[in-house]
Amino acid sequence: MTDITVDRLPETKIGESYLDEGHSLASWLTTTDHKRIGILYALSITAFFFIGGAAIGLVRLELLEPHGLFLTDEEYNRLFTLHGIIMVWFFLVPSIPTTFGNFLLPMMIGAKDVAFPRLNLMSWYLFVIGATFTIITIIAGGVDTGWTFYTPLSTLYANGNVIAAAAGVFVVGFSSIATGINFIATTHMLRAPGMTWTRLPLFVWAIYATSVVMILATPVLAMSLLLVSVERWFGVPIFNPNNGGDPLLFQHLFWFYSHPAVYIMILPAMGVISEVFACFARRKVFGYTAMVYSLMSIAVIGFMVWGHHMFVAGQSPYANLVFSFLSFVVAVPSAIKVFNWVATLYGGQIVFKAPMLYAMGFLGLFTVGGLTGLFLASVPIDIHVTDTYFVVAHFHFIMVGGSVSAFFAALHFWWPKITGRLYPDYWARFGAITMFLGFNATFLPQFVMGYEGMPRRYHVYPEQFQVYHVISTAGTVLLAVAYILPLLYLGWSLLYGNRADRNPWHAAGLEWETLSPPPKENFERTPTVTSGPYSYGEDAEPQAHTA
Amino acid sequence: MNPFRFVSDVSHEAIVVDRLFFLLVGISVLIAGLVTALVVIFGVRYRKDSPAPRRALPQMLKNEVEIGWISATAFLFFFIFWWAAAGELSALTAPKNALDIHIVAKQWMWHAQQPNGIREINEIHAPINTPVRLVMTSQDVIHSMFLPALRIKQDVLPGRYTYLWFNAQKAGTYHLLCAEFCGTEHSRMTGRIVLMTQPEYSRWTETEAPTHGLAAQGETLFRSLGCSGCHGPNASVHAPDLDHLYGHRVQLSDGRVVTADEAYLRDSILQPRRDIVAGYKPLMPSFRGIVSEDDIVRLIAYLKSLSTKNVLNQQGERQ
Repeated sequence: MTDITVDRLPETKIGESYLDEGHSLASWLTTTDHKRIGILYALSITAFFFIGGAAIGLVRLELLEPHGLFLTDEEYNRLFTLHGIIMVWFFLVPSIPTTFGNFLLPMMIGAKDVAFPRLNLMSWYLFVIGATFTIITIIAGGVDTGWTFYTPLSTLYANGNVIAAAAGVFVVGFSSIATGINFIATTHMLRAPGMTWTRLPLFVWAIYATSVVMILATPVLAMSLLLVSVERWFGVPIFNPNNGGDPLLFQHLFWFYSHPAVYIMILPAMGVISEVFACFARRKVFGYTAMVYSLMSIAVIGFMVWGHHMFVAGQSPYANLVFSFLSFVVAVPSAIKVFNWVATLYGGQIVFKAPMLYAMGFLGLFTVGGLTGLFLASVPIDIHVTDTYFVVAHFHFIMVGGSVSAFFAALHFWWPKITGRLYPDYWARFGAITMFLGFNATFLPQFVMGYEGMPRRYHVYPEQFQVYHVISTAGTVLLAVAYILPLLYLGWSLLYGNRADRNPWHAAGLEWETLSPPPKENFERTPTVTSGPYSYGEDAEPQAHTA
Repeated sequence: MNPFRFVSDVSHEAIVVDRLFFLLVGISVLIAGLVTALVVIFGVRYRKDSPAPRRALPQMLKNEVEIGWISATAFLFFFIFWWAAAGELSALTAPKNALDIHIVAKQWMWHAQQPNGIREINEIHAPINTPVRLVMTSQDVIHSMFLPALRIKQDVLPGRYTYLWFNAQKAGTYHLLCAEFCGTEHSRMTGRIVLMTQPEYSRWTETEAPTHGLAAQGETLFRSLGCSGCHGPNASVHAPDLDHLYGHRVQLSDGRVVTADEAYLRDSILQPRRDIVAGYKPLMPSFRGIVSEDDIVRLIAYLKSLSTKNVLNQQGERQ
C-alpha cells in the first residue's frame, strides 16, 4: 500500500492558521470557515452539555432518598425534562457532526470548505435561536412533559412552557437539516481528485449516512411539534380524543423521527471509532466494504423500527411483531461493526493512547448497549421493562457510553489538529478510565432495578430501590469528575501545551497532511488521492509514532 | 407487600418472561465475554513492538470471516425473535371466560370496579388460577398499568379501552405502578394488587359487595338516562335491540361488520353517529359530558349482563 500522496509546497508559502484569521468577536460571528463554525458549535454544545449535566446531577442527588431530599414533584419533573431536551437536541444530535464533522469532513475529502459555507453559518445561527428559546424556557420555569412531549399531557394538561420548549426544538431541527444538506452536497461535489467513494474514510461515510437520516427524519419532528403547539395554543383537536383526535398519532410521528434520531446520534460515533481504531492499531479497518454497507443499512432500516417504542402503547400486537422483527434486523449491522472493530486489532501494533482508551471504552459500552437492545426488541421482555430504569440504562449505554465516549475519543484524537497543541496524555488516560468506571457504576445498577420494576421518571420510589440509586449517584460523581477533568487539562494545553506537528499520531488521512492548526484553505494545494484510506502498512512493520 | 423480585413465579407468563430474559442474559454474557476476551488477547498479543508474528490474512479468508459472522449473527437474532414472538403470541388474547375488572385511570389515581360493583381506589383484588382481564381507560392523559410481579404492562389511553390480562398462580400483595409519565404526581400514582385464592376472593366480594352489583347499577342508569325509552321492549322509537348484543357481530349501515365489544359500546354511547347499525336512522344523541367513565362502565356491565342472561334463559328454556 502506498501512502496518500499530497503535493506539498515549501513551508514558507503556507498561509497562517485559521485561528489567526482575525481575533475579534465579529470575525468569529461572521466567519464562513467550516473550521471556525465547528469551534462555534463546540463551544455552544459544551455549554449545553454542562447545563444538561447539572440538571441530571440535581436529579441524581434527589434520588439518594426514596422520598426526595430537596425538590418538589414539579421541580423534579422539570429537571429531568430539561436534561432530556438539552442532551438530545442541544448536545447529542449536533455533537459529532457539527463539531468534528464540520471541521474534518471537508479536510478528509480534500476540500477547501463545505459546499455552502454561508448556509453552514446560518445553521449555527439557527442553533443559537433554538438555544435561546430553550434558555427562555428555563428562565420562565421549565417544562414538565418529559423530552418526549407525549400528548395529550403536553397539549392539554402540562403546566410548563411547552410551546417555548417545542419552539426551541423546532428551530434547532432546521439547523440539523441545513447541516445535513451541506454535508451531503460537500461529499458529492467537493471530493479531491482521486477521492473515490470507496476511498472515503469511514468517518465521512458515517457523517454522510447521518446527514441522510437528518434531512429525512427531522421534518417529521418539526411537524409533530407544530401540531402539539397548534393544539395547545389554539385548541385545534388533533391529539385530543374528546374531540375526535388520536393521542397515539403523536407517538407514531414522534418516534418516526426519534428512532432515526438515535442513529443520528450513534452513526457519527461509529465513524470516529473506525478512524481511532485504525490509527492506534496501525491497521486498515477490517472489512471496509461491510462497514460502509452496515452504516448505510442502519440508516435505512432505522426508519422502519419506530414501533418498538410503542409495544405497550396500544398498537396492534401484530404490528408489534413486525417492529420486533425489524428491530432484530437493524441489530445485525451494528453487531457486524463491533466484530470488525475487534478484528481490526488482529495483527496490529496497538498503542494505548488516550483516544484509543476512549474508543475501547466505547466498544465495551456500545456492545452492552446493543445487546440490551435485543432484550427490548423482544416483545415480552419489553412489555415488562419499557418505561423502567432498564430502558434508561440501555439508551444511556448507547448515547453516553457510545456517543459521548466517541465524542471524547474524537476530541482527544483531533485536538492537536484543531488547536495545534498537545495535551498531557497521562491525565487524558486517567480521564478515560474514570469515565468508563463512573459510567458503569452509574448505569449498571439501573439494569437491575429496572428489571425488578423501578419505573423511570419517578420522584419518589419504593425504599427497596434505594441501594441501587445510591450506587448510581456515586457513579455520577465519578462521571462528573471525568467530564470536568478535560476542561482543565485541555484548557492547560491551549495555553501551555507543546506545539503539535502536522501528524503527531502518524495517522493516515488527508487531514493529517496539512498543518496543525490548518490554514484557512486547509491545504496548500488541492491534494490528489491515489489509494484507499488507512494506509497503515498492512504487512505490519513496527512504526515509530509518539506524540 | 411483597418486594420487587428479580425472578418472579407469580404467574406462568412471568416465568416465561423470566426464562426468555435469562436466555438473553446468557447469550449477552457470551457475546460480551467473547468481545472482551478478544480485545484483551489482541491488546496484549499485538501491543506495540511485541514479538508476536503479524501475518496478513489472505483476502479469501477475510471474506469468509465476514460472511461467517454476518450469518451467525443474523441466525442468532432471528432465533431470539422467534422465541420471543412465540412467547407473545401464546398470551395474546384473554380467554373468553375471563373475569372483567374495569379500571379508570386519572391524574393521579387508579379506580377499579369489580364485576359485582365493588369500587376500589389504588387497589385491585383478583382471584388466582382464574383468567382476569383488566378493561382500562383514562379520564385525562395517558397512564400505564404496570404490574411488575406479573411482568405485564399496558398503556391506558383516554378515549378508548385497552386490555391487560393475567392468570396468576401465587397469592399475595404486589406492587401496582403507573409507568407512563402522566404529570406532577406521576410517581405517587401507585397502589397494590391483592391476589387471593378463589374462596378468599368470593368471601371478600360477598362481604364488600354493595347492595347492587355493577350490572344492576347500570340498569338503574339505563332507565334514568332514558336509554330504555328507545332501546326498551315497548319503545315507540325504532332503535336497535340491545339483548344478545355484547360479543356478537353487528352489521353497520356503511357495510362494515364489527364485533360489539366494550370499545364499540363505549363509542356508541359517546359518538352514536360513528357506527350506525344497518337499517336504523342516526337518531341517538351523544351522551358525552352526561355520563362519566364510571357510568359507562356500569352501562356496559348491564349490556353484558343482557347478553349472558339471555343465553342462560335460552338454555333454561331448552331444558
